Amino acid sequence: MYEFDWSSIPGALPFLWDGMKISLEITIQAVIFGIVWGTLLAMMRLSSVKPLSWFAAGYVNFFRAIPLVMVLLWFFLIMPKFFEQLLGLPAGTDMRLASAMLGFALFESAYYSEIIRAGIQSVPKGQISAAYAMGMTYNQAMRLVVLPQAFRNMIPLLLTQAIILFQDTSLVYVSALADFFGASYKVGDRDGRLVEMLLFAGAVYFVICFSASQLVKRLQKKYHPA
Amino acid sequence: MGYQWNWDVFLQPSATGDDTYLGWMFAGFKMTIALSLSAWVLALLLGALIGVLRTVPNKMLAGIATAYVELFRNIPLLVQLFIWYFVLPELLPTSIGDAFKQSNPVMQQFLASMICLGLFTSARVAEQVRAGINSLPKGQKNAGLALGFTLPQTYRHVMLPMAFRLVVPPLTSEFLNIFKNSAVCSTIGLLELAAQGRQLVDYTAQPYESFIAVTLAYVAINILVMTLMKKLEDKVRVPGYMGGK
Amino acid sequence: MKKFALTAVLATAISASAVLPVQAQESLTLKKIKETSAITLGHRESSIPFSYYDDKQQVIGYSHELMLKVVDDIKANLKLAKLDTKLMPVTSANRITLIQNGTVDIECGSTTNNTERQKQVAFSTTIFVIGTKLMAKHNSGIKDFADLNGKNVVTTAGTTSERILRKMNEEKKMGMNVISAKDHGEAFLTLETGRAVAFMMDDALLYGEIAKAKKASDWVVTGTAQSKEAYGCMVRKDDPEFKKMVDASLTKAMTSGDAEKIYAKWFMNPIPPKGLNLNMVLSDEMKATFKTPNDKAFE
Repeated sequence: MYEFDWSSIPGALPFLWDGMKISLEITIQAVIFGIVWGTLLAMMRLSSVKPLSWFAAGYVNFFRAIPLVMVLLWFFLIMPKFFEQLLGLPAGTDMRLASAMLGFALFESAYYSEIIRAGIQSVPKGQISAAYAMGMTYNQAMRLVVLPQAFRNMIPLLLTQAIILFQDTSLVYVSALADFFGASYKVGDRDGRLVEMLLFAGAVYFVICFSASQLVKRLQKKYHPA
Repeated sequence: MGYQWNWDVFLQPSATGDDTYLGWMFAGFKMTIALSLSAWVLALLLGALIGVLRTVPNKMLAGIATAYVELFRNIPLLVQLFIWYFVLPELLPTSIGDAFKQSNPVMQQFLASMICLGLFTSARVAEQVRAGINSLPKGQKNAGLALGFTLPQTYRHVMLPMAFRLVVPPLTSEFLNIFKNSAVCSTIGLLELAAQGRQLVDYTAQPYESFIAVTLAYVAINILVMTLMKKLEDKVRVPGYMGGK
Repeated sequence: MKKFALTAVLATAISASAVLPVQAQESLTLKKIKETSAITLGHRESSIPFSYYDDKQQVIGYSHELMLKVVDDIKANLKLAKLDTKLMPVTSANRITLIQNGTVDIECGSTTNNTERQKQVAFSTTIFVIGTKLMAKHNSGIKDFADLNGKNVVTTAGTTSERILRKMNEEKKMGMNVISAKDHGEAFLTLETGRAVAFMMDDALLYGEIAKAKKASDWVVTGTAQSKEAYGCMVRKDDPEFKKMVDASLTKAMTSGDAEKIYAKWFMNPIPPKGLNLNMVLSDEMKATFKTPNDKAFE
């Protein structure tokens, strides 16, 4: 039978915490970027200007068709050189973190845009007509009437997506960023204690994600008492 | 920009002499399809069972089903995969663990990947099935019971046939997800599409061609699945319900 | 005839200038290092004793120490008051791409210099010489490659060993199941947990893995070397001036005896993580390399 040895963990805690900070940093940046860019995409998608609508549809469908692992590999291995040439940066500018985060954020915003689009469509048409009747422009109607209501409806879904996104950050394992999972794996690999470190990582993710999802549920009840 | 495009690279025999590079990619494509389909069957069977259990009046059964769903939904797929592949064989009784570890590595990787993807997805399928059952009017269940059906009979003959038709559209997106999620299995060395893509970059030194080809292959899978599922959705649509005619 | 000769000279000159367009230009890498006062070093995570993490997650090892010497010299040559070093972990499978795409300026780890890779990147003066062999459990009965028919054998993805092993399997129809692990650490784990009966890799790395095994005496390095390979530091291909500076620095370290001291520290003394001594005396090939440094690949 396997003999557990958890002694690697206490000494590795500072390193693991550094990894957790990277996981959280990627999550927060991707959530912010995803909501902003996702909102723009959703508005383009619903816009009556055809090319904008096509672009948004193409973007969202493309990113939703390919695996996150592939996107991360693209942005880790291929895109740095491309950006360098595109932006005329000096050779070898360190954009590993930036590139990984950008790839991640571009990918997640496709998913956010779909949530936001559904949220905008959930606002009754009468509201927009009423806003127009009051003399508002399209932009004003969106900003002052539709989006505030849409976001209120969407908050639980947006938060749930953020939890999924936090779990997805573990996939930066395929690039060289030492996020929480990467750090746990490295410690396990170094000490020959992979079994313990993987179980530990799984438990930590579970505690965080489960608590967060329970909070979201409570929030949902508060906003939308059934 | 100094990059030498060379699409013919796919037709060259591989450096190890076993195939062409196109052959490698095709092998990866087949692996992705085989893995996703087998994991999907597992996910449907388990997901339907767990989803139904979540709606039964028996508190203990419903509680077990809820715990199952929470467990598989709150741990990242990658961590689950590593636990199946690296941890579980060590925790099994030595003789069983060793027998597994000494078997064909491709089979080990495939089995771990299939179970992992299947169980991970089954938790999501269960949620859809539960939502489908809960969306049925209460009267259906009561009518079934009033007709003298037992509870299992009511589920089998009244509620489930209806619920399954309702959950087909949301399941389409889970079905698409399983193909995408299968790329995670490249991390334990299973040579599916994404892994072949990385290997192609390494062996051919033509990163753009390799990645573009693999990315397009995923897009093609996506379009194919969407087309097929659209046909199925049209077929099972319930008149009078959302999306029905 | 005269006219023909002139044309030929012209043609040669033009084609030569087309082949070497950057020769006269300033080194892009050095220019960037000067401008940003920073250099990105590629290192390995589990290439013991060349480049790996110690228990405080610091990068250490023979190749890494040589690389730091190179960095000191670059700093002095460019007369920089300070030079930030950024460390970037690489794997066997992505190291070449990361040098090519400019993420990493120089990588000293356990990378074989061969003619095929020279098409993609440039290599410094040789820093180590290895042979590719097998590691197996001492009582497993595995003595050489012929014993591997039909067995599970592990190697690391993206290495020369992976190619040799897969080719051998194909040509000799050995029916081996070749497992390609992400890194040497994962490959050894595959061997240690019994998923594979043997691990094919560079001999020095195999000895290095033994240094971190739960029980070092369980493992032996065995088999006929399938290739002789020279390790070099990798730099970008289109930057001969940068390579020249790296070469000069390494050459100095080797001819001055510094390199031999570093060698002794990592191969003939106890090393982290478990304080095991690899006891590898300086081979004749390594002696020759230190005496007359060169950047020749063996194949």
